[in-house]
Amino acid sequence: MGKIKLAVKTPRIDMTPMVDLFFLLLVFFILTATFRPEEAAPIDTPTSTSQTPIPDNHLVTILISKDDKVFFNVDNGSDSTEHIRGKVLQAIGSNYKIKFTPKEVKKFEGLASFGVPATKLKDFLNAPDTKAREAMQSGIPIDSTDNQLMMWIRFARTYNNDLAFAIKGDGSANYPAVKKVIAVLQDNNVNKFNLTTDLKAVELPSDFINK
Amino acid sequence: MAEIVQEESHKGKGKKKVKKHGTHIDMTPMVDLACLLLTFFMLTTAFNKPKVMEIILPEKPKENEKPPELDKSRALNILLIDNDKVLWYNGLADPNKTLPDLQLANFSKEGIRKVLLQRNKELFLKVDKLKKDVIEGKLKIPRDSVEGRIKRLYKADKFGPIVLIKAADGVKYRNVVDIIDEMAITNVARYSLVDINPVEKKMVQSFKNSNPSVTAINKP
Repeated sequence: MGKIKLAVKTPRIDMTPMVDLFFLLLVFFILTATFRPEEAAPIDTPTSTSQTPIPDNHLVTILISKDDKVFFNVDNGSDSTEHIRGKVLQAIGSNYKIKFTPKEVKKFEGLASFGVPATKLKDFLNAPDTKAREAMQSGIPIDSTDNQLMMWIRFARTYNNDLAFAIKGDGSANYPAVKKVIAVLQDNNVNKFNLTTDLKAVELPSDFINK
Repeated sequence: MAEIVQEESHKGKGKKKVKKHGTHIDMTPMVDLACLLLTFFMLTTAFNKPKVMEIILPEKPKENEKPPELDKSRALNILLIDNDKVLWYNGLADPNKTLPDLQLANFSKEGIRKVLLQRNKELFLKVDKLKKDVIEGKLKIPRDSVEGRIKRLYKADKFGPIVLIKAADGVKYRNVVDIIDEMAITNVARYSLVDINPVEKKMVQSFKNSNPSVTAINKP
């Protein structure tokens, strides 16, 4: 008996709609992506009920780690062509009589928060990799004899005069360390600043709800 | 997308029709790549931006300038001590008179928050009503003018407490943020971060001595 042979066809799935969707999502994510910057120290911020989002740019962030070290970060302004970080670095350099090469300045512009004394900045920028850099982060000195944080804030304000300030402290940092930073801000006539927090819900005692 | 079918445009001229196959492009590698990139971007995107709490401190007093006088009856002192505990008292501590009693509270919703709400009931309810009216649509005003209205309510407040926040040594930053947040939750219009004074330090010490369980590490 002659069997009827059916030609086995591999089913072809039209992938076009799927690909369309993928690309759409891809474009969306690429456009909305803001990369998490490499931070000098892991910081676990406290929670609050405030809903104000952090400003995107023109922001100085002062980080305070769990062990009360102070780190500093300033952004490049509206876009990187303003080279604000570079200018601030050079101003610090001339203040502490350190000359930075254009390569070092460029490297500095690409980094985020840092916490090294001015004298070690050159080594910090020439460090071979992230690990070596991390080992050098000993915090910015804020003693009254050598208040480098004050200098950083002053120069950052010189080159960008509509800066906002944010203190991003770890929840378990000691308050006296934060108070010192606030005092430095106030010495620079910064009386309005932000505390970075995570969001939490509001809870009210039972007899104060719906009245 | 990837299928290209060419059609003969001149049919009439008796030319022999060449049947053209649609060119199929294998899209699998492209899909793989797109998928990979998609996953990457999804995972690296930080969706919830951190929030900020705005703080406006009074300007540093200049020399020969007297700080403004404080209405004693409105003063509410909050002393932050270690171990996430809070002590509070009304009025001002005058070393020449009998010292006010310290009350113990914590950061839960029935703790210091209740104290503040009771003291600030009038203003709290006003602000709360305004916010609710806006959310429910009873009051139609632009979103950005809500804040201005709340500020005006704050300014008009004549009876609410004036809170003095004093942090003792050994207090964690988290506690300070929490207490400032309490001010925002309970709509306290006037508060300030001040240094703890020696009299209060003594009061805290004697409170700790008479209540040794306060400083013992045991969380409820």
